[in-house]
Amino acid sequence: MAVSRALEPPKETMGPGEWMRKNLLSPWYNALLTVIGLWFLYEVGRGLAVWALTRARWEVVTDNLRLFLVGQFPPDQVWRIWLGLLIPSFLFGLSGGLWSGAMRQFAGALGTAFLLLAAMPASWSTRGWLLGNMAATVLGYGLGRWGYRRPWGNRLLQRIALSGWILSFPILILFLYGFQGNPSFPRVETSLWGGLLLTFLLSLVSIVLSFPLGVLLALGRRSGLPALRLFSILYIELIRGVPLVTVLFMADIMLPLFLPEGLRIDRVVRAMAGFTLFSAAYIAENVRGGLQAIPEGQIEAARALGLNGFQTTLLIVLPQALRMVIPANVGQFISLFKDTSLVAIMGLLELLGIGKAVLANPAYMGLQQEVYLFVALIYGVFSYAMSYASRRLEKTLGVGER
Amino acid sequence: MRRTSLLITGLLLIFALLLSACKGPATATPAQGAPPPPSAQKELLDAILQRGKLICGVNGGLPGFSYLDKTTGQFTGFDADYCRVLAAVLFNDPNAVEFRPLSAAERSVALQTGEIDVLIRNTTWTTSRDATWGDFAPTIFYDGQGMMVRKASGAAKLEDLAGGTICVQSGTTTELNLADQMRARNITFTPLVFEDIDATYAAYEEGRCDAVTSDRSQLAARRSVFKNPDEHLIMDVVLSKEPLGPVVPHGSPRWFDVVKWAVFATIQAEEFGITSKNIDQFLNTDNPEIRRFLGLEGDLGQQLGLSNDFVVRIVRHVGNYGEIYARNLTPLGLTPRGINDLWTRGGLLYSPPFR
Repeated sequence: MAVSRALEPPKETMGPGEWMRKNLLSPWYNALLTVIGLWFLYEVGRGLAVWALTRARWEVVTDNLRLFLVGQFPPDQVWRIWLGLLIPSFLFGLSGGLWSGAMRQFAGALGTAFLLLAAMPASWSTRGWLLGNMAATVLGYGLGRWGYRRPWGNRLLQRIALSGWILSFPILILFLYGFQGNPSFPRVETSLWGGLLLTFLLSLVSIVLSFPLGVLLALGRRSGLPALRLFSILYIELIRGVPLVTVLFMADIMLPLFLPEGLRIDRVVRAMAGFTLFSAAYIAENVRGGLQAIPEGQIEAARALGLNGFQTTLLIVLPQALRMVIPANVGQFISLFKDTSLVAIMGLLELLGIGKAVLANPAYMGLQQEVYLFVALIYGVFSYAMSYASRRLEKTLGVGER
Repeated sequence: MRRTSLLITGLLLIFALLLSACKGPATATPAQGAPPPPSAQKELLDAILQRGKLICGVNGGLPGFSYLDKTTGQFTGFDADYCRVLAAVLFNDPNAVEFRPLSAAERSVALQTGEIDVLIRNTTWTTSRDATWGDFAPTIFYDGQGMMVRKASGAAKLEDLAGGTICVQSGTTTELNLADQMRARNITFTPLVFEDIDATYAAYEEGRCDAVTSDRSQLAARRSVFKNPDEHLIMDVVLSKEPLGPVVPHGSPRWFDVVKWAVFATIQAEEFGITSKNIDQFLNTDNPEIRRFLGLEGDLGQQLGLSNDFVVRIVRHVGNYGEIYARNLTPLGLTPRGINDLWTRGGLLYSPPFR
């Protein structure tokens, strides 16, 4: 299309000295603020660095690293987690090769992370597994790049990657759970899952399940059928009117009182259900915002083209609406990821719960600064990764540019 | 739009059905009044034996009593060892336990719903709890609220703290006991209240308060990790009685008996001087009392619905009371044992005869 475009304004060129004068020192009070800010940063940073390097007893983290990562998972069965991890590592590499943009950066970051971790002081078996995972990422990437150049290969491999992602989760769960009575793959009860592993599982399952549920609720709330609309409104407003802690307490304490004798739902599943039901209500409101922003003309145009109601919703309305609410939804997912620490009140030993159980060890009593800082660091890294991925996704899909 | 609405309706209906299926019994329960205790119809002992493992509710984060060990990744501590005692009795395998870490709020519900078979979570035996929560087995640790001060202050009794500041954790019975005791003695003081247990002790160590109050076991445990433990003194006063013991759900008399006599067996074994190291020598003894105790004669175990050698299993796999204490509580600095010693040495531990 030959559309005449206005020229962009010329880029300002600024040397570092000019930039500093303009941004940091311009009027006298800004200079003063800069100095105070720098002094404050220096003091805090120095205090933290001195403490972290000289006084902190990091052995509480290094000694208990396995507990922090996988909880009470039997040490002789940890290889199953590593083996299962090969699948997503490979898929990340493959997807990175097939789709450019954020995915490629992530594959690169993942491979680098494995390599860096392997360089850390660790047992040789751990290093072997880390390098194996890196190899899987590289292998997947190579395959993806190879297929990327061939049109038939690209489509085939994209399908394989997508179904791989969908299948990888049940396979991974099977790897973790094992089989009753199988000597080489024994059952590991969910009560032994913990640490970062449990945090991941809780947030992953809740995110994956609450999204479609939320979309359905949003569509239901805007539906023309009164009963459906009423149900959706009631559900959403009820859940949004209750704190998450209450929902979790209901799932953990009240539900067993109502269930018939002998029927016991696994605690981890109960927590997942609580998070999913809670998060779905918020997702629904985010999506409703997107739905309402779609101009009526889009729907009329779709009708004019002969699309039926189902096609209109699926092909015209939802793609635009969902793209619009990516930032809000990712925000909800990040908050869900951090909220999983609330299961510590249910006695489930996710990352924070493990931290508390480790701190009760007389050998590590009083080291809460080290433990909580480490836990905060892990939450920070993964939350930032999610937020970064969302920003890249927004850019790729052009959110906010139309 | 019609087809869409139909589709959405269908999907939401399925969802609603699932939801109502989950909550179905919920509407039925209030109509029946209070839910019956789940174990009323069925003896818990049979259910546990059939399941093949014990589900034991613990604290999961209490120094010396239950915490995660770094090498095994298992729960370790005084309470955890008593879970193992019961597993040894039932299955001759101290590791046939599923530990269930519980918060303070959860523990009573976990008992009432049958989530756990036994609660060994530093739970104080009180009248109302005995009436509503479950049956309390004999006390395994006699704790009590105490007061820690700096030695340099020279304070030896509560009256010496008049006008001072006392650090205490908020929302606990500790805080209430402190207020009660001080008011009864007509002593004025300033409480410095913290939400977090770690913050409470940190404030005391920094010198922001003259004394800190908590259960004596925890005071001793915390003192052992202070920079200069010798500068601090746990005063010889007890502000409240805190007898801690296992609790089993109401309505399973045979299981309650098993728990009771398993606890007594650890105490009696110490009284006889039987330890995990020397038990093989005792298996050849002629002493009729000990032969009966170890199940070499008579059928005490069978009368409880257990195997006759259940005491041997306890001592061999876990140890007697003294061994369990030495393993878990002595490292915390809880020595001498004080009232947690045998009655023959001036303590409160007293087992009825095994006869």
